[in-house]
Amino acid sequence: MPDMAALAHPQQRQFNPYSENGGTILAIAGADFSVIAGDTRQSEGYSIQTRYAPKVFRLTDRAVLAVNGFAADGNMFVKKVKQRLEWYRHAHAKDMPLRAIARLIQTMLYARRFFPYYVYNILGGIEEDGTGAVYSFDPVGSYEREACRAAGAASSLVQPFLDNQIYFKNQRPAAGTSHPAHLPLPTVLSIVIDSFTSATERHIEVGDGLEMYVVLAKGRTLQGLEGIRGMQELTATEDGERVFIVRRDLKRD
Amino acid sequence: MDHFPTNWGRPRNDAFDAYGTHPIHQRPYNGPKDAFADGVQHTQQPIVTGTSVLAIKYKDGIMMAADNLASYGSLARFKDVQRLCPVGQYTVIGAGGDMSDFQYIQHIMEELTIDENSAQDGHELGPVEIHEYMSQVMYARRSKMDPLWNSLIIGGFKDGKRFLSYVDLLGTTYSASTLATGYGSYIAQPLLRKAVEGYEDILTEEDARKVLENSMRVLFYRDARSLNKYQIATITSAGVNISDSLHLETSWSFAEGIRGYGAQTQ
Repeated sequence: MPDMAALAHPQQRQFNPYSENGGTILAIAGADFSVIAGDTRQSEGYSIQTRYAPKVFRLTDRAVLAVNGFAADGNMFVKKVKQRLEWYRHAHAKDMPLRAIARLIQTMLYARRFFPYYVYNILGGIEEDGTGAVYSFDPVGSYEREACRAAGAASSLVQPFLDNQIYFKNQRPAAGTSHPAHLPLPTVLSIVIDSFTSATERHIEVGDGLEMYVVLAKGRTLQGLEGIRGMQELTATEDGERVFIVRRDLKRD
Repeated sequence: MDHFPTNWGRPRNDAFDAYGTHPIHQRPYNGPKDAFADGVQHTQQPIVTGTSVLAIKYKDGIMMAADNLASYGSLARFKDVQRLCPVGQYTVIGAGGDMSDFQYIQHIMEELTIDENSAQDGHELGPVEIHEYMSQVMYARRSKMDPLWNSLIIGGFKDGKRFLSYVDLLGTTYSASTLATGYGSYIAQPLLRKAVEGYEDILTEEDARKVLENSMRVLFYRDARSLNKYQIATITSAGVNISDSLHLETSWSFAEGIRGYGAQTQ
Protein backbone atom coordinates (compact mmCIF):
# COMPACT_ATOMS: atom_id res chain seq x y z
CA MET A 1 0.00 0.00 0.00
CA PRO A 2 1.36 3.43 -0.86
CA ASP A 3 2.19 5.61 2.09
CA MET A 4 -1.08 7.42 2.87
CA ALA A 5 0.72 10.40 4.37
CA ALA A 6 2.77 10.84 1.21
CA LEU A 7 -0.34 10.78 -1.00
CA ALA A 8 -2.10 13.38 1.09
CA HIS A 9 0.92 15.69 0.95
CA PRO A 10 2.64 15.58 -2.45
CA GLN A 11 6.40 15.44 -2.13
CA GLN A 12 8.20 18.76 -2.50
CA ARG A 13 10.82 18.86 -5.23
CA GLN A 14 13.85 20.65 -3.92
CA PHE A 15 15.35 21.86 -7.20
CA ASN A 16 14.86 25.61 -7.47
CA PRO A 17 14.81 26.71 -11.12
CA TYR A 18 15.32 30.39 -10.26
CA SER A 19 18.17 32.57 -9.11
CA GLU A 20 18.67 36.30 -8.59
CA ASN A 21 21.56 37.97 -10.40
CA GLY A 22 21.50 41.50 -8.97
CA GLY A 23 22.07 44.73 -10.85
CA THR A 24 19.77 47.64 -11.53
CA ILE A 25 18.11 49.17 -14.58
CA LEU A 26 16.42 52.50 -15.14
CA ALA A 27 14.71 54.48 -17.91
CA ILE A 28 13.59 58.07 -18.27
CA ALA A 29 11.44 59.54 -21.05
CA GLY A 30 11.91 63.09 -22.33
CA ALA A 31 9.77 65.12 -24.72
CA ASP A 32 11.53 63.80 -27.83
CA PHE A 33 14.08 61.34 -26.46
CA SER A 34 14.39 58.42 -24.10
CA VAL A 35 17.28 57.18 -21.95
CA ILE A 36 17.52 53.51 -20.93
CA ALA A 37 20.36 52.45 -18.65
CA GLY A 38 21.68 49.52 -16.65
CA ASP A 39 24.82 48.51 -14.78
CA THR A 40 26.91 45.62 -16.13
CA ARG A 41 27.66 43.60 -12.99
CA GLN A 42 26.25 40.07 -12.74
CA SER A 43 26.33 38.46 -9.32
CA GLU A 44 24.91 35.56 -7.34
CA GLY A 45 24.90 35.83 -3.56
CA TYR A 46 28.10 37.55 -2.50
CA SER A 47 30.05 36.47 -5.61
CA ILE A 48 30.58 38.65 -8.66
CA GLN A 49 30.18 36.32 -11.64
CA THR A 50 31.33 38.87 -14.21
CA ARG A 51 31.94 42.61 -14.41
CA TYR A 52 30.47 42.86 -17.89
CA ALA A 53 27.12 41.23 -18.69
CA PRO A 54 24.83 43.66 -20.58
CA LYS A 55 21.26 44.03 -19.31
CA VAL A 56 20.16 46.65 -21.88
CA PHE A 57 19.53 45.70 -25.50
CA ARG A 58 18.75 47.60 -28.70
CA LEU A 59 15.64 46.02 -30.25
CA THR A 60 15.06 48.43 -33.15
CA ASP A 61 16.15 51.99 -33.98
CA ARG A 62 13.30 53.25 -31.80
CA ALA A 63 13.09 50.66 -29.03
CA VAL A 64 15.52 49.57 -26.31
CA LEU A 65 14.76 46.88 -23.72
CA ALA A 66 16.31 46.55 -20.26
CA VAL A 67 15.91 43.27 -18.36
CA ASN A 68 16.71 42.59 -14.72
CA GLY A 69 16.25 39.67 -12.35
CA PHE A 70 17.19 36.06 -13.18
CA ALA A 71 19.82 36.41 -15.90
CA ALA A 72 19.11 33.10 -17.70
CA ASP A 73 15.41 34.00 -18.03
CA GLY A 74 16.35 37.55 -19.05
CA ASN A 75 18.63 36.44 -21.89
CA MET A 76 16.07 33.91 -23.10
CA PHE A 77 13.29 36.50 -22.99
CA VAL A 78 15.29 39.07 -24.97
CA LYS A 79 16.19 36.39 -27.50
CA LYS A 80 12.50 35.53 -27.99
CA VAL A 81 11.41 39.19 -28.24
CA LYS A 82 14.09 39.84 -30.88
CA GLN A 83 12.91 36.77 -32.77
CA ARG A 84 9.29 38.01 -32.77
CA LEU A 85 10.44 41.45 -33.97
CA GLU A 86 12.39 39.84 -36.82
CA TRP A 87 9.32 37.86 -37.87
CA TYR A 88 7.30 41.10 -37.78
CA ARG A 89 9.92 42.78 -40.00
CA HIS A 90 9.74 39.95 -42.52
CA ALA A 91 5.93 40.01 -42.53
CA HIS A 92 5.35 43.77 -42.66
CA ALA A 93 8.61 45.25 -44.04
CA LYS A 94 8.90 47.73 -41.16
CA ASP A 95 9.90 47.83 -37.53
CA MET A 96 7.20 47.20 -34.92
CA PRO A 97 5.96 50.41 -33.23
CA LEU A 98 6.89 50.89 -29.58
CA ARG A 99 3.39 50.52 -28.12
CA ALA A 100 2.98 47.30 -30.10
CA ILE A 101 6.25 45.96 -28.71
CA ALA A 102 4.98 46.82 -25.22
CA ARG A 103 1.78 44.82 -25.76
CA LEU A 104 3.79 41.97 -27.31
CA ILE A 105 5.98 41.83 -24.20
CA GLN A 106 2.93 41.75 -21.94
CA THR A 107 1.46 38.84 -23.91
CA MET A 108 4.75 36.94 -23.90
CA LEU A 109 5.17 37.41 -20.15
CA TYR A 110 1.59 36.45 -19.33
CA ALA A 111 1.86 33.35 -21.52
CA ARG A 112 4.24 32.10 -18.84
CA ARG A 113 1.92 33.09 -15.97
CA PHE A 114 2.31 29.72 -14.25
CA PHE A 115 6.10 29.38 -14.73
CA PRO A 116 7.07 33.03 -15.01
CA TYR A 117 10.17 34.59 -16.49
CA TYR A 118 11.63 35.93 -13.24
CA VAL A 119 12.47 39.25 -14.89
CA TYR A 120 11.54 42.91 -14.53
CA ASN A 121 11.41 44.59 -17.96
CA ILE A 122 11.68 48.26 -18.83
CA LEU A 123 11.08 49.23 -22.45
CA GLY A 124 12.14 52.68 -23.63
CA GLY A 125 12.07 54.44 -26.97
CA ILE A 126 10.14 56.74 -29.26
CA GLU A 127 6.39 56.43 -29.82
CA GLU A 128 4.86 56.77 -33.33
CA ASP A 129 3.81 60.35 -32.48
CA GLY A 130 7.48 61.22 -31.83
CA THR A 131 7.28 61.43 -28.04
CA GLY A 132 9.73 59.73 -25.71
CA ALA A 133 8.17 56.81 -23.83
CA VAL A 134 8.97 54.35 -21.07
CA TYR A 135 6.95 51.17 -20.45
CA SER A 136 7.56 49.15 -17.30
CA PHE A 137 6.47 45.56 -16.65
CA ASP A 138 6.25 43.15 -13.75
CA PRO A 139 7.35 39.51 -14.24
CA VAL A 140 3.87 38.32 -15.28
CA GLY A 141 3.09 41.13 -17.70
CA SER A 142 1.27 43.94 -15.89
CA TYR A 143 2.46 47.10 -17.61
CA GLU A 144 1.98 50.85 -17.89
CA ARG A 145 3.48 53.81 -19.72
CA GLU A 146 5.41 56.16 -17.45
CA ALA A 147 7.90 59.01 -17.56
CA CYS A 148 10.50 57.17 -15.52
CA ARG A 149 11.09 53.87 -13.74
CA ALA A 150 13.87 52.07 -11.87
CA ALA A 151 13.90 48.29 -11.32
CA GLY A 152 16.17 45.65 -9.84
CA ALA A 153 18.35 45.32 -6.77
CA ALA A 154 18.69 49.04 -6.04
CA SER A 155 15.23 50.11 -7.27
CA SER A 156 14.24 51.01 -3.71
CA LEU A 157 17.18 53.42 -3.60
CA VAL A 158 16.82 54.90 -7.08
CA GLN A 159 13.03 55.22 -7.58
CA PRO A 160 12.46 57.71 -4.72
CA PHE A 161 15.33 59.82 -6.10
CA LEU A 162 13.67 59.82 -9.54
CA ASP A 163 10.26 60.64 -8.01
CA ASN A 164 11.92 63.71 -6.52
CA GLN A 165 14.06 64.75 -9.49
CA ILE A 166 11.77 63.86 -12.42
CA TYR A 167 8.26 64.17 -10.97
CA PHE A 168 9.38 66.94 -8.51
CA LYS A 169 7.65 65.12 -5.64
CA ASN A 170 7.98 67.00 -2.34
CA GLN A 171 9.32 70.02 -4.19
CA ARG A 172 7.59 73.36 -4.38
CA PRO A 173 8.35 75.63 -7.34
CA ALA A 174 9.69 79.11 -6.64
CA ALA A 175 6.98 81.76 -6.44
CA GLY A 176 5.61 82.67 -9.86
CA THR A 177 7.22 79.64 -11.60
CA SER A 178 6.20 76.05 -12.28
CA HIS A 179 8.03 72.76 -12.64
CA PRO A 180 8.99 71.85 -16.24
CA ALA A 181 6.92 69.06 -17.82
CA HIS A 182 10.00 67.54 -19.45
CA LEU A 183 13.68 67.81 -18.63
CA PRO A 184 16.39 68.44 -21.25
CA LEU A 185 18.65 65.54 -22.30
CA PRO A 186 21.87 66.68 -20.55
CA THR A 187 19.97 67.01 -17.25
CA VAL A 188 18.47 63.55 -17.65
CA LEU A 189 21.87 62.01 -18.40
CA SER A 190 23.39 63.57 -15.28
CA ILE A 191 20.48 62.28 -13.19
CA VAL A 192 21.03 58.78 -14.61
CA ILE A 193 24.78 58.86 -13.91
CA ASP A 194 24.20 60.21 -10.39
CA SER A 195 21.57 57.48 -9.75
CA PHE A 196 24.04 54.74 -10.62
CA THR A 197 27.06 56.18 -8.78
CA SER A 198 24.85 56.52 -5.69
CA ALA A 199 23.38 53.01 -6.07
CA THR A 200 26.95 51.70 -6.48
CA GLU A 201 27.96 53.34 -3.21
CA ARG A 202 25.07 51.90 -1.20
CA HIS A 203 24.25 48.57 -2.87
CA ILE A 204 26.74 45.70 -3.12
CA GLU A 205 25.09 44.19 -6.23
CA VAL A 206 25.49 47.37 -8.31
CA GLY A 207 28.72 48.51 -9.94
CA ASP A 208 31.53 47.76 -12.43
CA GLY A 209 30.10 49.45 -15.52
CA LEU A 210 27.21 51.60 -16.76
CA GLU A 211 25.58 51.40 -20.18
CA MET A 212 23.19 54.20 -21.18
CA TYR A 213 21.20 54.00 -24.39
CA VAL A 214 19.83 57.26 -25.80
CA VAL A 215 17.03 57.16 -28.38
CA LEU A 216 16.36 60.40 -30.29
CA ALA A 217 13.10 61.15 -32.10
CA LYS A 218 13.05 61.56 -35.87
CA GLY A 219 14.52 64.91 -36.92
CA ARG A 220 15.83 65.79 -33.47
CA THR A 221 19.32 67.22 -33.57
CA LEU A 222 22.14 65.93 -31.42
CA GLN A 223 21.76 69.12 -29.40
CA GLY A 224 22.95 68.54 -25.84
CA LEU A 225 24.85 65.36 -26.72
CA GLU A 226 27.89 66.89 -28.47
CA GLY A 227 30.10 67.02 -25.42
CA ILE A 228 29.35 63.50 -24.20
CA ARG A 229 32.47 61.38 -23.79
CA GLY A 230 32.68 57.98 -25.46
CA MET A 231 29.32 58.10 -27.23
CA GLN A 232 28.76 55.62 -30.04
CA GLU A 233 25.95 55.55 -32.61
CA LEU A 234 24.09 52.25 -33.16
CA THR A 235 21.47 53.43 -35.67
CA ALA A 236 20.80 50.92 -38.45
CA THR A 237 18.43 52.82 -40.76
CA GLU A 238 18.50 56.28 -42.39
CA ASP A 239 16.14 59.21 -41.74
CA GLY A 240 14.46 57.77 -38.70
CA GLU A 241 14.97 57.64 -34.96
CA ARG A 242 18.60 57.37 -33.84
CA VAL A 243 20.11 55.20 -31.10
CA PHE A 244 23.30 55.92 -29.20
CA ILE A 245 25.16 54.18 -26.42
CA VAL A 246 27.25 55.85 -23.72
CA ARG A 247 29.49 53.71 -21.50
CA ARG A 248 30.89 54.72 -18.13
CA ASP A 249 32.93 52.98 -15.43
CA LEU A 250 31.44 52.43 -12.01
CA LYS A 251 33.28 51.47 -8.84
CA ARG A 252 34.30 47.80 -8.81
CA ASP A 253 34.31 47.17 -5.04
CA MET B 1 -18.74 -0.76 -0.34
CA ASP B 2 -15.45 -2.60 -0.50
CA HIS B 3 -15.76 -5.18 -3.29
CA PHE B 4 -12.62 -7.08 -2.32
CA PRO B 5 -13.42 -9.91 0.10
CA THR B 6 -9.79 -10.14 1.24
CA ASN B 7 -10.21 -6.72 2.79
CA TRP B 8 -13.31 -7.68 4.78
CA GLY B 9 -12.91 -7.72 8.50
CA ARG B 10 -9.46 -6.16 8.29
CA PRO B 11 -8.28 -2.71 9.36
CA ARG B 12 -8.63 -0.25 6.49
CA ASN B 13 -5.35 1.38 7.20
CA ASP B 14 -1.94 0.56 8.62
CA ALA B 15 -2.56 3.23 11.18
CA PHE B 16 -5.09 0.99 12.94
CA ASP B 17 -2.58 -1.86 13.17
CA ALA B 18 0.80 -0.33 13.66
CA TYR B 19 2.41 -3.61 14.73
CA GLY B 20 1.31 -5.56 11.64
CA THR B 21 -0.72 -8.28 13.45
CA HIS B 22 -2.76 -8.84 10.28
CA PRO B 23 -0.97 -10.13 7.18
CA ILE B 24 -1.14 -7.24 4.76
CA HIS B 25 1.44 -8.15 2.15
CA GLN B 26 -0.90 -9.30 -0.64
CA ARG B 27 -3.86 -7.11 0.11
CA PRO B 28 -5.04 -5.05 -2.87
CA TYR B 29 -5.00 -1.29 -2.44
CA ASN B 30 -8.14 0.46 -3.61
CA GLY B 31 -7.40 4.02 -2.50
CA PRO B 32 -6.49 6.92 -4.73
CA LYS B 33 -3.22 6.53 -6.57
CA ASP B 34 -0.99 8.82 -8.55
CA ALA B 35 -0.25 7.00 -11.78
CA PHE B 36 2.68 9.30 -12.55
CA ALA B 37 4.32 9.29 -9.13
CA ASP B 38 6.99 6.76 -10.06
CA GLY B 39 6.81 7.33 -13.80
CA VAL B 40 9.42 10.01 -14.21
CA GLN B 41 12.63 10.24 -12.25
CA HIS B 42 14.36 13.60 -12.31
CA THR B 43 17.83 14.41 -11.09
CA GLN B 44 17.15 15.81 -7.65
CA GLN B 45 20.72 15.89 -6.44
CA PRO B 46 24.16 15.17 -7.77
CA ILE B 47 25.66 11.81 -6.75
CA VAL B 48 29.21 11.36 -8.03
CA THR B 49 30.62 14.86 -8.24
CA GLY B 50 33.62 16.74 -9.53
CA THR B 51 34.78 19.91 -7.79
CA SER B 52 36.26 23.15 -9.19
CA VAL B 53 37.28 23.96 -12.75
CA LEU B 54 39.55 26.98 -13.31
CA ALA B 55 40.12 28.88 -16.54
CA ILE B 56 41.95 32.03 -17.60
CA LYS B 57 42.73 34.02 -20.71
CA TYR B 58 46.41 34.55 -21.52
CA LYS B 59 48.54 35.90 -24.35
CA ASP B 60 48.19 32.92 -26.68
CA GLY B 61 44.66 31.77 -25.84
CA ILE B 62 42.88 29.98 -23.01
CA MET B 63 44.25 27.80 -20.22
CA MET B 64 42.05 25.57 -18.05
CA ALA B 65 42.65 23.30 -15.07
CA ALA B 66 40.65 20.62 -13.23
CA ASP B 67 41.66 17.83 -10.90
CA ASN B 68 41.08 14.11 -11.55
CA LEU B 69 38.74 13.36 -8.65
CA ALA B 70 35.11 12.28 -8.76
CA SER B 71 33.73 12.16 -5.20
CA TYR B 72 30.83 10.11 -3.83
CA GLY B 73 29.77 12.44 -1.05
CA SER B 74 32.85 12.74 1.14
CA LEU B 75 34.36 9.54 -0.28
CA ALA B 76 37.14 10.08 -2.82
CA ARG B 77 35.57 7.48 -5.13
CA PHE B 78 37.23 7.79 -8.59
CA LYS B 79 40.72 9.24 -8.74
CA ASP B 80 41.47 9.07 -12.44
CA VAL B 81 38.58 10.94 -14.02
CA GLN B 82 39.12 13.42 -16.84
CA ARG B 83 36.98 16.50 -16.32
CA LEU B 84 38.42 18.47 -19.26
CA CYS B 85 37.14 17.21 -22.58
CA PRO B 86 37.96 18.42 -26.10
CA VAL B 87 35.05 19.14 -28.47
CA GLY B 88 35.91 19.60 -32.13
CA GLN B 89 39.23 21.22 -32.97
CA TYR B 90 38.90 24.53 -31.15
CA THR B 91 37.11 23.93 -27.85
CA VAL B 92 37.47 22.39 -24.41
CA ILE B 93 34.62 21.83 -21.96
CA GLY B 94 35.49 21.59 -18.26
CA ALA B 95 32.86 20.26 -15.89
CA GLY B 96 32.10 20.37 -12.18
CA GLY B 97 29.02 18.79 -10.59
CA ASP B 98 27.44 15.43 -11.42
CA MET B 99 29.85 13.27 -13.42
CA SER B 100 27.16 11.01 -14.95
CA ASP B 101 25.41 14.11 -16.29
CA PHE B 102 28.79 15.23 -17.65
CA GLN B 103 29.25 11.89 -19.42
CA TYR B 104 25.82 12.43 -20.98
CA ILE B 105 26.94 15.92 -22.08
CA GLN B 106 30.06 14.41 -23.64
CA HIS B 107 27.77 11.99 -25.46
CA ILE B 108 25.65 14.89 -26.78
CA MET B 109 28.81 16.73 -27.91
CA GLU B 110 30.10 13.62 -29.70
CA GLU B 111 26.80 13.23 -31.57
CA LEU B 112 26.83 16.93 -32.44
CA THR B 113 30.37 16.89 -33.80
CA ILE B 114 29.67 13.77 -35.86
CA ASP B 115 26.52 15.38 -37.32
CA GLU B 116 28.33 18.61 -38.12
CA ASN B 117 31.29 16.79 -39.60
CA SER B 118 29.05 14.62 -41.76
CA ALA B 119 27.47 17.70 -43.31
CA GLN B 120 30.84 18.60 -44.88
CA ASP B 121 29.52 22.09 -45.55
CA GLY B 122 32.77 23.91 -44.88
CA HIS B 123 31.59 25.09 -41.45
CA GLU B 124 33.19 24.00 -38.21
CA LEU B 125 31.80 24.41 -34.72
CA GLY B 126 33.79 26.87 -32.65
CA PRO B 127 33.62 27.60 -28.93
CA VAL B 128 30.95 30.31 -29.46
CA GLU B 129 28.56 27.86 -31.13
CA ILE B 130 29.26 25.08 -28.63
CA HIS B 131 28.64 27.43 -25.70
CA GLU B 132 25.37 28.67 -27.23
CA TYR B 133 24.27 25.08 -27.87
CA MET B 134 25.13 23.93 -24.34
CA SER B 135 23.44 26.93 -22.72
CA GLN B 136 20.24 26.17 -24.65
CA VAL B 137 20.44 22.51 -23.56
CA MET B 138 21.05 23.45 -19.91
CA TYR B 139 18.26 26.07 -19.89
CA ALA B 140 15.80 23.68 -21.56
CA ARG B 141 16.52 20.99 -18.98
CA ARG B 142 16.10 23.38 -16.02
CA SER B 143 12.80 24.52 -17.58
CA LYS B 144 11.63 20.88 -17.55
CA MET B 145 12.59 20.78 -13.86
CA ASP B 146 15.04 18.04 -14.86
CA PRO B 147 18.41 19.76 -14.79
CA LEU B 148 21.81 18.50 -15.84
CA TRP B 149 23.56 19.11 -12.51
CA ASN B 150 26.76 20.70 -13.76
CA SER B 151 28.74 23.92 -13.92
CA LEU B 152 30.52 24.05 -17.26
CA ILE B 153 33.36 26.25 -18.41
CA ILE B 154 33.76 26.39 -22.16
CA GLY B 155 37.02 27.73 -23.51
CA GLY B 156 38.30 27.95 -27.03
CA PHE B 157 40.35 29.69 -29.70
CA LYS B 158 39.16 30.14 -33.27
CA ASP B 159 39.82 32.65 -36.06
CA GLY B 160 42.40 34.42 -33.89
CA LYS B 161 39.86 35.02 -31.11
CA ARG B 162 39.89 33.73 -27.53
CA PHE B 163 36.60 32.63 -26.01
CA LEU B 164 35.85 31.83 -22.39
CA SER B 165 32.35 31.39 -21.00
CA TYR B 166 30.35 29.65 -18.29
CA VAL B 167 26.99 27.89 -18.11
CA ASP B 168 25.37 26.03 -15.20
CA LEU B 169 22.38 23.87 -14.27
CA LEU B 170 20.07 26.92 -14.24
CA GLY B 171 21.12 28.00 -17.72
CA THR B 172 22.89 31.06 -16.29
CA THR B 173 25.69 32.20 -18.59
CA TYR B 174 28.52 34.73 -18.38
CA SER B 175 32.01 35.32 -19.64
CA ALA B 176 35.05 36.98 -18.11
CA SER B 177 38.82 36.79 -18.42
CA THR B 178 38.96 34.48 -15.39
CA LEU B 179 36.36 31.87 -14.50
CA ALA B 180 36.07 29.33 -11.71
CA THR B 181 33.33 26.89 -10.66
CA GLY B 182 32.39 25.45 -7.27
CA TYR B 183 34.79 26.10 -4.38
CA GLY B 184 37.17 27.63 -6.89
CA SER B 185 34.80 30.59 -7.29
CA TYR B 186 35.42 31.47 -3.63
CA ILE B 187 39.05 30.44 -3.18
CA ALA B 188 40.76 30.61 -6.58
CA GLN B 189 38.80 33.38 -8.36
CA PRO B 190 40.31 36.24 -6.28
CA LEU B 191 43.84 34.89 -6.95
CA LEU B 192 43.10 34.52 -10.66
CA ARG B 193 41.59 38.02 -10.97
CA LYS B 194 44.57 39.59 -9.25
CA ALA B 195 46.97 37.79 -11.60
CA VAL B 196 45.04 38.08 -14.87
CA GLU B 197 42.70 41.12 -15.04
CA GLY B 198 44.43 43.72 -17.15
CA TYR B 199 47.26 41.35 -18.13
CA GLU B 200 45.32 39.12 -20.54
CA ASP B 201 47.53 40.10 -23.49
CA ILE B 202 50.81 40.06 -21.54
CA LEU B 203 50.64 36.79 -19.58
CA THR B 204 52.88 34.12 -21.16
CA GLU B 205 52.06 30.42 -21.19
CA GLU B 206 54.61 29.91 -18.42
CA ASP B 207 53.04 32.66 -16.29
CA ALA B 208 49.53 31.30 -16.87
CA ARG B 209 50.60 27.78 -15.97
CA LYS B 210 52.20 29.07 -12.76
CA VAL B 211 49.04 30.97 -11.78
CA LEU B 212 46.80 27.95 -12.36
CA GLU B 213 49.16 25.52 -10.63
CA ASN B 214 49.32 27.76 -7.58
CA SER B 215 45.52 28.14 -7.49
CA MET B 216 45.08 24.37 -7.76
CA ARG B 217 47.49 23.97 -4.85
CA VAL B 218 45.58 26.44 -2.68
CA LEU B 219 42.37 24.58 -3.57
CA PHE B 220 43.96 21.26 -2.60
CA TYR B 221 44.96 22.74 0.75
CA ARG B 222 41.47 24.06 1.51
CA ASP B 223 38.86 22.14 -0.55
CA ALA B 224 38.24 18.76 1.11
CA ARG B 225 36.75 17.36 -2.15
CA SER B 226 39.84 18.03 -4.23
CA LEU B 227 42.88 16.01 -5.30
CA ASN B 228 46.58 16.76 -5.83
CA LYS B 229 46.36 15.15 -9.28
CA TYR B 230 45.13 17.45 -12.04
CA GLN B 231 45.28 18.29 -15.73
CA ILE B 232 45.86 21.51 -17.62
CA ALA B 233 44.37 22.25 -21.04
CA THR B 234 45.58 24.93 -23.43
CA ILE B 235 43.61 26.12 -26.42
CA THR B 236 45.66 28.29 -28.79
CA SER B 237 46.15 28.89 -32.51
CA ALA B 238 48.01 25.56 -32.45
CA GLY B 239 44.81 23.79 -31.36
CA VAL B 240 43.73 21.93 -28.25
CA ASN B 241 46.22 20.32 -25.90
CA ILE B 242 45.19 18.50 -22.72
CA SER B 243 48.11 17.47 -20.54
CA ASP B 244 48.68 14.13 -18.88
CA SER B 245 47.86 14.07 -15.19
CA LEU B 246 50.17 16.32 -13.18
CA HIS B 247 51.10 16.04 -9.52
CA LEU B 248 50.92 19.00 -7.13
CA GLU B 249 53.95 19.63 -4.94
CA THR B 250 52.70 20.42 -1.45
CA SER B 251 54.35 21.17 1.83
CA TRP B 252 52.67 20.51 5.16
CA SER B 253 55.57 21.34 7.46
CA PHE B 254 53.91 24.65 8.39
CA ALA B 255 51.30 22.61 10.27
CA GLU B 256 53.90 22.03 13.00
CA GLY B 257 53.96 25.73 13.76
CA ILE B 258 50.19 26.28 14.00
CA ARG B 259 49.06 27.09 17.52
CA GLY B 260 45.57 27.62 18.86
CA TYR B 261 43.32 25.15 16.97
CA GLY B 262 43.72 22.00 19.05
CA ALA B 263 45.12 20.55 22.25
CA GLN B 264 48.64 21.75 22.80
CA THR B 265 50.69 21.60 25.91
CA GLN B 266 52.71 24.66 24.95
